[in-house]
Amino acid sequence: MAMIEVDKLNLSFGEGAEANQVLHDVCFDVGDGEAFGLVGESGSGKTTVLRCLAGQYSHWSGSLAINSERLGRKLDKARCRKLQMVFQDPYGSLHPRHTVETALSEPLAIHGITDASRRIDSILTKVGLPTNFRYRYPHQLSGGQRQRVAIARALILEPRILLLDEPTSALDVSVQAEILNLLADLRKQEGLTYLLVTHDLGVVAHLCDRVAVMQQGRIVDLIESASLVGAVPEHPYTRMLVEASRHYSREMAEVGADLTPAEAV
Amino acid sequence: MMNQTNQPLLQVEDLRVSFTSGGALVDAVRGVSFSLGREKLAIVGESGSGKSTVGRTLLRLHPKSARITASKMQFGDIDLATCSEKTMQSIRGQRMSMIMQDPKYSLNPVMRVGDQIAEAYLAHHKVARAEANQRALAMLEAVRIRDPQRVFRMYPHEVSGGMGQRIMIAMMLITEPEVVIADEPTSALDVSVRLQVLATLDDLVSKRGLGLIFISHDLNLVRSFCDRVLVMYAGRVVESIAASDLDNAKHPYTQGLLASLPSVDQRRERLPVLQRDPAWLTQPIGA
Amino acid sequence: MTTTTLPAAACEQTPQSSAQALRQNLARNLRKLVRNPLSVAGLVVIGALLLLAAFAPWIATHDPLAQDLANTLKAPDAAHWFGTDEYGRDIFSRLVYGSRITLYIISLVTVIVGPVGLAIGVISGYFGGWVDTVFMRITDIFISFPGLVLALAFVAALGPGLDHAVIAIALTAWPPIARLARAETLSLRKADYIVAVQLQGASATRILLRHVAPMCLSSVVVRLTMNMAGIILTAAGLGFLGLGAQPPVPEWGAMISAGRRYMLECWWLVAMPGAAIMFASLAFNLFGDGMRDVLDPRSE
Repeated sequence: MAMIEVDKLNLSFGEGAEANQVLHDVCFDVGDGEAFGLVGESGSGKTTVLRCLAGQYSHWSGSLAINSERLGRKLDKARCRKLQMVFQDPYGSLHPRHTVETALSEPLAIHGITDASRRIDSILTKVGLPTNFRYRYPHQLSGGQRQRVAIARALILEPRILLLDEPTSALDVSVQAEILNLLADLRKQEGLTYLLVTHDLGVVAHLCDRVAVMQQGRIVDLIESASLVGAVPEHPYTRMLVEASRHYSREMAEVGADLTPAEAV
Repeated sequence: MMNQTNQPLLQVEDLRVSFTSGGALVDAVRGVSFSLGREKLAIVGESGSGKSTVGRTLLRLHPKSARITASKMQFGDIDLATCSEKTMQSIRGQRMSMIMQDPKYSLNPVMRVGDQIAEAYLAHHKVARAEANQRALAMLEAVRIRDPQRVFRMYPHEVSGGMGQRIMIAMMLITEPEVVIADEPTSALDVSVRLQVLATLDDLVSKRGLGLIFISHDLNLVRSFCDRVLVMYAGRVVESIAASDLDNAKHPYTQGLLASLPSVDQRRERLPVLQRDPAWLTQPIGA
Repeated sequence: MTTTTLPAAACEQTPQSSAQALRQNLARNLRKLVRNPLSVAGLVVIGALLLLAAFAPWIATHDPLAQDLANTLKAPDAAHWFGTDEYGRDIFSRLVYGSRITLYIISLVTVIVGPVGLAIGVISGYFGGWVDTVFMRITDIFISFPGLVLALAFVAALGPGLDHAVIAIALTAWPPIARLARAETLSLRKADYIVAVQLQGASATRILLRHVAPMCLSSVVVRLTMNMAGIILTAAGLGFLGLGAQPPVPEWGAMISAGRRYMLECWWLVAMPGAAIMFASLAFNLFGDGMRDVLDPRSE
């Protein structure tokens, strides 16, 4: 059964002749408990898809559904309890003047959930932080710890879906490994559904079962991560991304030049 | 790559840099030694390892609060540690130059890019403006910009990130330096553009026989792009290894970093997490 | 600078309760403030001013309103430290009591201007669109007049008097605060942590009150502190023009105004209140500078 259904999603900014269409008929389904990846370069529209689901844009056309319920254009409280988001920059996603406790109790207060203290303790343990971290300010935490807090904040309302926007690209590789492990564990324990957006093919192949490759607002390829192992993908753009994630090579640089629009080079 | 001479371009021994921050002395670089020939030398490490500090210190671009000592920082016949600021100015940009991470912040926004490149040449050579412009155009062509005449007249905000980085490379290489320090030159770029910028850099470095110090956090990239790799941890070089030999790295830190990289070719349930050993902070290098 | 050490601030003991976390935060800010000697000097002068105002009856050597026609225009001496004015009133005592009026004006204006400016700025920055247009055009109108001229016009319409002066000054002082709060809000509006609370289902009121306003608060407080110097000067200016506090109230500006007829022979009539105005506004400026170093979110 599909947890997330995106059908013919279109979005443009600006009006009339100046309109700039950033999403063109984006369609995909994510199953319950699946981890689905969207990869692409900047301007491919991958983050925009996430933000449509998160209710940040309301002028899209097409249809979005979660758990077979169509989403309205406005973000309502019910949607907040179904899906939450983890952001790229752990330095910008936590309020600099709020302690961990304030950040975690805020969603509970909004939804009128009591026994906040017990829930905060249990969620901190779940994301691998000591419970006495609740009184720290973000500047007293390292990048990886901040990202754990951000994940805890996303999970405290017990959503079924996590939208992950480049959750590890601002982190060092050793910290990235810890966060990726945590995300994998949480998905298994809680039966979460992930929609991961990233430019890093290694990350997406590691965490996700299926990957959609986006280029200039369109999904150009859909692949199983397992099929990538040691393989050369058919689609030239996917092949370039995969090869680039493996190593630098002169030949791929030439291929890349042919695949990108002239003005970007 | 050592096709011209085996004499190293740059020799650094026991470089130490510390900053005063909030009353406390913080050691950023703690005894780094290396030599650079006509090759592509990578310095890799995580944030805070001191890799960028090493690059900046070579050009003496560090903040005033930094304290620097080195038993040797030999660049040709000049000792970078002790030479005057005036000598430094004649080296900086002329014989040794630096490419930064983001061209957006390194290009002057109110000056046409062609003029900026020509200006860089004029700063170190007494030639007519027209000749400098000619050289700037040739340089734009050398970094494989398709329509150099048009790009010459553009302002920095009109060019894309990839083109901006090529322009930076053109500007840094027009004075024909002997050593180029590139600090994460492609981390702000998209994959396809990144490959092309790297190819440009690669061509120029081998064609002109430069020494390139490539500072990066990306082991995968460094492994295929550079000749030799210095792995830095907490201000020290824990391992110096040929790039092609990285799979046989000896130091547990290098091994741990490589293992923790997610890869398309290896499906793993969990990634091995780097276990830091306090002994890495003190044990002698190469142990 | 190494990956193995935590950020410097984390080296402090891990707080075990929210009160302790708050205390550590305050202590850190205080340490930063104390590090700058000029802002400490400002703080000392402001503190002295507060004490002066609070204990005026005990500090003043004479009754500030008592006329002594036998001792008019006396130069500073042991009996009258700062001399006497044309009615023989003790200038020192008048200055001491005058500090009450100055502080009254400052605090009243700040209490009006701070919340009003903050609210208008935050609302117009967060909602944007026509709300922003309406609020900002009003702000533009107010900002396009010189402060003193606008205040003059209001006092002229309302009639002279201390309270009317306060209202007039408040009317001219809020627009810069509103603009500042709006600019801060605009840069915060798209921040990930604001998007995160929106995604938690928070109402606009909640986001503005608990997430946006506290972030703007520090720069607004800094701006207000710096503005206090300007308020003192505007109040003195209105007093000088006879539109603020009315005689015989010992308002500093009014004292200069009354003294200027005898200025050439009796310098102390204008120099003493002039110095008081200068020191007070300088102190608020220095303190404001120090506050900016401490509270500016960009410095963290």
